[in-house]
Amino acid sequence: MSAAALVPAAPAGRRRASRRGVLPGFGLTMGLTLFWLSAIVLLPLAALIAKSTGLGPSGFARVLGDPRVLAALRVSFGVSLAAACINAVFGVLVAWVLTRYDFPGRRLLDAAVDLPFAIPTAVAGIALASIYAPNGWIGGLVAPFGAKIAFTPWGILIALVAVGLPFVVRTVQPVIAESDREAEEASATLGASRLRTFRRVLLPPLIPAILTGFALSLARCVGEYGSVIFIAGNLPYVSEILPLLIVVKLEEYDYAGATGLAAIMLAISFGMLLVINLIQAWTRRRTGDA
Amino acid sequence: MHEPAPPPPAPDSVLSEPLAVRVALTALAVLFLGLFVLLPLVVVFTEALRPGLAAVRDALADEDAMAAIRLTLLVAAISVPLNAVFGVAAAWAVAKFEFPGKSLLVTLIDLPFSVSPVVSGLVFVLLFGAQGLFGPWLRAHDVEIIFAVPGIVLATVFVTLPFVARELIPLMQEQGMADEEAALTLGAGGLRVFLTVTLPNIRWALLYGVLLCNARAMGEFGAVSVVSGHIRGLTNTMPLHVEILYNEYQFAAAFAVASLLALLALVTLAAKSILEWRYADELNGSRRH
Repeated sequence: MSAAALVPAAPAGRRRASRRGVLPGFGLTMGLTLFWLSAIVLLPLAALIAKSTGLGPSGFARVLGDPRVLAALRVSFGVSLAAACINAVFGVLVAWVLTRYDFPGRRLLDAAVDLPFAIPTAVAGIALASIYAPNGWIGGLVAPFGAKIAFTPWGILIALVAVGLPFVVRTVQPVIAESDREAEEASATLGASRLRTFRRVLLPPLIPAILTGFALSLARCVGEYGSVIFIAGNLPYVSEILPLLIVVKLEEYDYAGATGLAAIMLAISFGMLLVINLIQAWTRRRTGDA
Repeated sequence: MHEPAPPPPAPDSVLSEPLAVRVALTALAVLFLGLFVLLPLVVVFTEALRPGLAAVRDALADEDAMAAIRLTLLVAAISVPLNAVFGVAAAWAVAKFEFPGKSLLVTLIDLPFSVSPVVSGLVFVLLFGAQGLFGPWLRAHDVEIIFAVPGIVLATVFVTLPFVARELIPLMQEQGMADEEAALTLGAGGLRVFLTVTLPNIRWALLYGVLLCNARAMGEFGAVSVVSGHIRGLTNTMPLHVEILYNEYQFAAAFAVASLLALLALVTLAAKSILEWRYADELNGSRRH
């Protein structure tokens, strides 16, 4: 629900158990953990992987050879990438303003950043659809110029920007809060302009956090379903996203197709998770911080 | 999940941007947040209230809406406690003991966060659906999981599994186990140590995790939508009911039910912010920098 919750935890358990097994309950809690994790997460995911390997290479080739699937992949990835880029820029701006400036309503705004996490996706979906529909508050403003936002890929972009924003803000914010003000001071004393100080002193330490936020935002956007389908229009080849196509295939009883697509999405998730973990490891190595 | 916003330093000519830049950046950030985050919330309530309060009451008193509300509460009442117990157990095992594969375990606990909701629902269809692995057996024994309440609970448990564990693991790692060891030395039993020493130490973080878990459990749409079958009055949760009403062009009723969910989100967010402001130290471990 929150960005930080998605950032793989730092291995904080550096202070090792001095005497292993002093505390009771390892068997019980570990058993419970492994049982629940296996029953709820691992077994079902294993079923998906097993079913999809049953498709074989030819089955996957058929899934991936479908132009509608390729179009959905392009839409999902293209729009998610664009949304994550927008979020990387505006997320840093929002994080900066919220941590560095004081203005009335700052705390309220800070709490509001988490709204996309807290609001059910279907609720956000119908709200965005009605705002950007041709008769909506904003859709109505651009309609006279012949522009359409909802029910086009632009609508998907709007929904994904809203969904992914908190990830960047919440990963970048703590780094800005902890940034070294002395380095800034030194830079200013040495005659650097404010912009140059930002570019050369403030920005570099933020890069790993921005990358992590970008990746988290991208991962979430590619899989997002609820807030997109209402505003997207869901036109095959144009504004149909990958998760929706899985649902469509399921409704057509095309289990093989749905399974193949789901396996591809799962592989993408694993890939993104790996990338995020690598960024984290790289950051820790660079900063020497556990 | 972040610093509870210490008052920013007084604007300093060297260490801050010129006033005009500050105002412009702030305005841009406020506009952006307003457009993408606040406006949807405002729209939900204005659209719901447009036909008047009575219409909202009627929409919520509708038989199918009531059934959806009841089912949503039931699903949350089952899945949240289960995942809370799991979260506490997982945090105890991970934070208090050393074992090989620990970081893999933590990554696996996080896994549901990275899986698309639709895929999260689909995996249960592949297991328990008519074409699924256990499908024939289930049908022979007349057990319904997919397109029935058990499937909805399973999908919800899947997507909400990490919430409590994610809050507790870093906090309990940070707290170490000196307190527990002291209690043990003084002769307390394992359960007593947990109830009187550990639990008070983690109560706010536990509440925080339960809040987030509950909000997601009640609001989950994609995963539940795949396993539910959308049977009115039987397998419709509130978010699914919103979808059905919206697709039937009953916009006022859709937004009425949606406003109830939005209200839940607001309450969750308020409670979360209060916890963050008041108990920052006791949630400390949950803030990973």
